[in-house]
Amino acid sequence: MRKIKDFAHGALVPVLVLILWEACSRAGLFSAVVMPAPSAVAAKWWAYLLPAQAQEAGQSWLAWAFSGELLHDAYSSLYRVIAGFIIGAGLALPLGLLMGANTRIYALFNPLMQILRPIPPIAYIPLAILWFGLGNPPSFFLIAIGAFFPVLMNTIAGVRQVDGIYLRAARNLGVGQWTMFTRVILPAATPYILAGVRIGIGTAFIVVIVSEMIAVNDGLGFRILEAREFMWSDKIIAGMITIGLLGLAIDTAVSRLNNHLLRWHRGLEH
Amino acid sequence: MSSPILIDNVQKVFKTPGGDVVALKDINLTIQPGEFVCLLGPSGCGKSTLLNAVAGFQAPSDGQIVIDQKAIRSPGPDRGMVFQEYALFPWMSVAQNIAFGLEVQKKEKAEIGLVVNQLLDLLHLKDFRDRFPKDLSGGMRQRVAIARVLALDSPIMLMDEPFGALDALTRRNLQDELLRIWEKLGKTILFVTHSIEESIYLADRIVVMTYRPGTVKRDQIVAMPRPRDPASPAFNDLKRELGRLVMEEQQRHADAEMKLAAVD
Ligand SMILES: Nc1ncnc2c1ncn2[C@@H]1O[C@H](COP(=O)(O)OP(=O)(O)OP(=O)(O)O)[C@@H](O)[C@H]1O
Ligand SMILES: [Mg+2]
Repeated sequence: MRKIKDFAHGALVPVLVLILWEACSRAGLFSAVVMPAPSAVAAKWWAYLLPAQAQEAGQSWLAWAFSGELLHDAYSSLYRVIAGFIIGAGLALPLGLLMGANTRIYALFNPLMQILRPIPPIAYIPLAILWFGLGNPPSFFLIAIGAFFPVLMNTIAGVRQVDGIYLRAARNLGVGQWTMFTRVILPAATPYILAGVRIGIGTAFIVVIVSEMIAVNDGLGFRILEAREFMWSDKIIAGMITIGLLGLAIDTAVSRLNNHLLRWHRGLEH
Repeated sequence: MSSPILIDNVQKVFKTPGGDVVALKDINLTIQPGEFVCLLGPSGCGKSTLLNAVAGFQAPSDGQIVIDQKAIRSPGPDRGMVFQEYALFPWMSVAQNIAFGLEVQKKEKAEIGLVVNQLLDLLHLKDFRDRFPKDLSGGMRQRVAIARVLALDSPIMLMDEPFGALDALTRRNLQDELLRIWEKLGKTILFVTHSIEESIYLADRIVVMTYRPGTVKRDQIVAMPRPRDPASPAFNDLKRELGRLVMEEQQRHADAEMKLAAVD
């Protein structure tokens, strides 16, 4: 009951905006090409979601469902986010652990990192195309850069804040260097690292949309740019809403993962 | 197999911007196997410094600590330490915390399971085996910390004000448990406290320390049979006597602070 009430409360403003928007469109306040009515956007979104052709004989249900443009695009974008993120975070995590744990390694790498960090991933687009041509690789590269720095900075901070008492307790138990890293420092730093992961995924998601506008011919970013060329504003907005939904889904998934991995952590109930 | 702890002419000087702090000076002690020794003294007299030197966390500036004919250079599982702040690994469950030291030693799974179950029994932790430390009370956490050290099966147990943060009842309860375990397992225990009553309740021998430089002020054997009654005359005589010694040092501490404050 309470949940329903909360939901109704949260839905109030969006519903009002939609009604106002629809009313303005119907009253002819703005042209349908520039700003389509929400009902038109919803219809377009539905058409975008449905498979283009009827299910063929022998085609699996899943393959048929994904032959619809929207799911195919969402899948392509998600694939790029995940692949790029794994590359970026996969490099940032070990480097961050080393830089956090060892002041000499930190002093060695920190100047370079501080110079590279302020460069927005978008600024790498020309280089990305020059180096990797078209297709997925430049996207992976850009997304990896977007994910790299948040994970790196948070991992360094995470390792540095590990309470010395855990290190002493572990040394007292006879823990060697490797075990100290894997079973003490890494888990003690996870709250920070996961905060970095969350920011990194967010950045990756921004970068994937931009990167799809330049070098590939599917994905949500590509689709809304393509729709602009045909002046399909309803499809642009339908695509944007899909981006929002996918972003929300990713963030929810990461936050669930957080809660699970940090179930030992004081700051979290559940 | 167990050998005494020989503390041989140990000094510890901390270099600080405000000048050298002589935390320990001319400490000579021999702690026999199976002995329960309390280090007693006011705050800042060097109790933790001495314990950390025995643990191997901080080498003395001079002198040495010898166990089994070897000078201590680094921490090790032959000298399990229980910290005042518990220092349990919060990302491990109770059972995992206890098992960790054995996993480090690459013991077999079955053996680890056996030892962990025994210790959960011994410390009445059975119902908590899969809890995380954040869900335990202070007393429970300290039980886990004790179990974690007992899992190492080390002959020596070092404890730095392990019950300092607990309420009086829990504290008495854990003191009794500790005595029960000590009598059962025959460990050598070096126990830091600034509670006079706690030291008389527990120890075979109480080493009272002076404040800056930290030296041995009194090496007091406690001959009363256990369980000791804190209301008994003998207990209270000793308490008064040690109280006087500690107060003298406390006073020197306070005077030193006053002098420092006056300089500022
Ligand atoms: N790393 C350090 N650098 C400088 N001085 C130190 C350091 N560690 C301890 N000291 C000083 O050495 C003295 C002894 O400290 P220690 O921590 O051993 O005292 P303690 O008896 O354990 O006190 P408490 O009961 O408060 O724990 C104190 O005066 C303290 O200020
Ligand atoms: Mg201390």
